[in-house]
Amino acid sequence: MARHLLTRPVEWLFVNIAVCAKCVPISAVTIEIDPTTKRVKREGVSHELDPAAASAVEEALRLVEAHGGEVTVVTMGMPNAVDEIRKALAMGAERGVLISDPALAGSDTLGTAKALAAAIKKGQYDMVICATESTDTYSGLVPGQLAELLGVAALTFAKKVKVEGSKAVVRRQTDFGYQVVEAELPVLITVSSGINEPRYPSLKGIMGAKRKEIATYSAADVGLSPDQVGESGAREKVLTVGKPPTRAQGTVVTDEGDGGVKIADFLASLKVL
Amino acid sequence: MSVSSPPPLDFLGLRDLLSPEERMVADAVRRLVDERVIPVIGQHFERGTSLLEVVPEMAGMGLFGMHLQGYGCAGMSSTAYGLVCQELERGDSGVRSFCSVQGSLVMFPIRAFGSEEQKLRWLPKMAAGEVIGCFGLTEPDFGSNPAGMLTTARKDGGSYVINGRKRWITNGTIADVALVWAKLDGKIRGFLVEKGAPGFTSYEIEHKMSLRASITAELIFEDCRVPEDSMLPDVEGLRGPLGSLNEARFGILWGALGAAAACYEAALDYATNRVQFSRPIAGYQLTQEKLVQMLTEISKGQLLAYRLAQLKEAGRCTPAQISMGKMNNVRQALEVARTARSILGANGITLDYPVIRHLLNLETVYTYEGTNEIHLLTLGREITGISAFE
Ligand SMILES: Cc1cc2nc3c(=O)[nH]c(=O)nc-3n(C[C@H](O)[C@H](O)[C@H](O)COP(=O)(O)OP(=O)(O)OC[C@H]3O[C@@H](n4cnc5c(N)ncnc54)[C@H](O)[C@@H]3O)c2cc1C
Repeated sequence: MARHLLTRPVEWLFVNIAVCAKCVPISAVTIEIDPTTKRVKREGVSHELDPAAASAVEEALRLVEAHGGEVTVVTMGMPNAVDEIRKALAMGAERGVLISDPALAGSDTLGTAKALAAAIKKGQYDMVICATESTDTYSGLVPGQLAELLGVAALTFAKKVKVEGSKAVVRRQTDFGYQVVEAELPVLITVSSGINEPRYPSLKGIMGAKRKEIATYSAADVGLSPDQVGESGAREKVLTVGKPPTRAQGTVVTDEGDGGVKIADFLASLKVL
Repeated sequence: MSVSSPPPLDFLGLRDLLSPEERMVADAVRRLVDERVIPVIGQHFERGTSLLEVVPEMAGMGLFGMHLQGYGCAGMSSTAYGLVCQELERGDSGVRSFCSVQGSLVMFPIRAFGSEEQKLRWLPKMAAGEVIGCFGLTEPDFGSNPAGMLTTARKDGGSYVINGRKRWITNGTIADVALVWAKLDGKIRGFLVEKGAPGFTSYEIEHKMSLRASITAELIFEDCRVPEDSMLPDVEGLRGPLGSLNEARFGILWGALGAAAACYEAALDYATNRVQFSRPIAGYQLTQEKLVQMLTEISKGQLLAYRLAQLKEAGRCTPAQISMGKMNNVRQALEVARTARSILGANGITLDYPVIRHLLNLETVYTYEGTNEIHLLTLGREITGISAFE
């Protein structure tokens, strides 16, 4: 990842952004786990651009609209992910990068981060934006690993992103409120869900996306050997997969004029009050 | 919010026949409808207010005049236009009507029959949603028989003077420009009348029980004076309005399927959840027959629509073929809506479910843009060579 801003006057706020976007099974299908591989079943399932990634694309587009620059969408996935990358291009991203290789199948989160980092290093970006977690596997591990591999700071759980001078300033959501944190570019940012409402692609955007470039790389193209990625390179193993425990029966409070008191007592027993 | 909508009703896998761009267009509009129309449409219908807040979004996406070339229009395929109508009407017939009137009934005739100045002046702004148009053909005494219209225009120096009334005009009170069809020396001509032109007034028609989320108006022209260059130069006679209606009807025959699909999906969902006697009502043969009939008619209608789109793209679609599509698809959609209504029982009459709203809307769709009977007679004349109109 090149340090663009060092070679330019600081007031020239031009940001080139890579957005890591995953394709996930469409929300209308129930995600199934293959009992032998313990991985999400992807064959024969319709996929779509992760809604969380669409928010990341939207945030990136807003930044380049304000400062100039270009958005590149980076995806690791099956060859047909190209169709989903086009959706981000229709929204306004300039180009796409797809890393697709049978050797990558079964990659753990670190393997995924390595592949993304290798592809990102082939370009020149001031910022990488990821969703906090993908909406199929929800590990939330890739962005941190990716920042480490790229050697940049990670600003996470962003609810607001700004570029000021040579810095990214992020309003970060926490359990108790928010923090405002900043870091010199280049930087990696993860955006929280609900940070924005992704735009509807325009018909012109959709037609224009046809002509935009999507570079496709194999693992070897980005300099990765099979032992670093995929099933064989995976250091993380899923041991068992189970259903979440069924929720215990709720408590019904019958109001006989003392409903308020009963609810207060109940909450007190949970130590909530 | 979510970027994904449930997949469209497509029992025959017709989506495979679409280009990736057409699929993307349909998906984008589907999402717009899920997020911006469906959550609020019941309230609009109940209050009788038009869903104007989605107009900027529709314009921003480029939906107005999307099937026209140049002048700020997206130049998409007929299939894409049909798919958009289908998705919009899955939300509400009123929303689709807005798009039909703007794109097919006003922008299309300006594009096809207007002067270069008229095209440059109106089309980019209409595509951008900055100018809203309406189409005035029907009169209080002339509906199915527009050739008998009483509205006249006469030349007076450097202007035309229009007199007459147009009734049932969608968007009539909010339009910035009205395309008014009037007789000049006994021949039908189109005039672009701007809002505020002297002698032009309009009022909203109230107490409608159908298309309540769409404005319908009466336009009154009393010695209304418009500049000479307001007339569309390149068309004379019924060919002008009928050519435009043909475009809009193509959208309607797709749109009606969207309304039908919404009713079918609501009924299927209801029937699988509603338990009476020993099981969900979907488990009774009578309900299954209803559901199967609905799905079959929708699927047949989709085949008809796709084929007409192919013919249209090849420049070979005849008005009679469009008549068959409009007649069949709207009639079947209405039948589907009624059947869905019966499956929902008492809930079927409330606005908590989309069915009664679609059912009531489809009563308008059955009548406007050529009534069911008029399309039937058009086909009758086509196959027998004998006109049964008069
Ligand atoms: C909500 C709404 C919005 C509309 N928007 C517009 C608009 O934007 N612009 C516009 O110009 N118009 C618009 N219309 C008008 C619409 O196009 C007319 O209502 C339609 O053409 C039918 O005309 P009519 O209502 O006068 O019915 P009529 O022509 O009086 O017909 C009444 C009945 O007689 C039947 N009938 C008539 N002639 C024959 C015949 N020869 N043989 C057999 N049966 C016959 C008809 O099929 C119908 O069943 C709108 C209507 C509605 C309800």
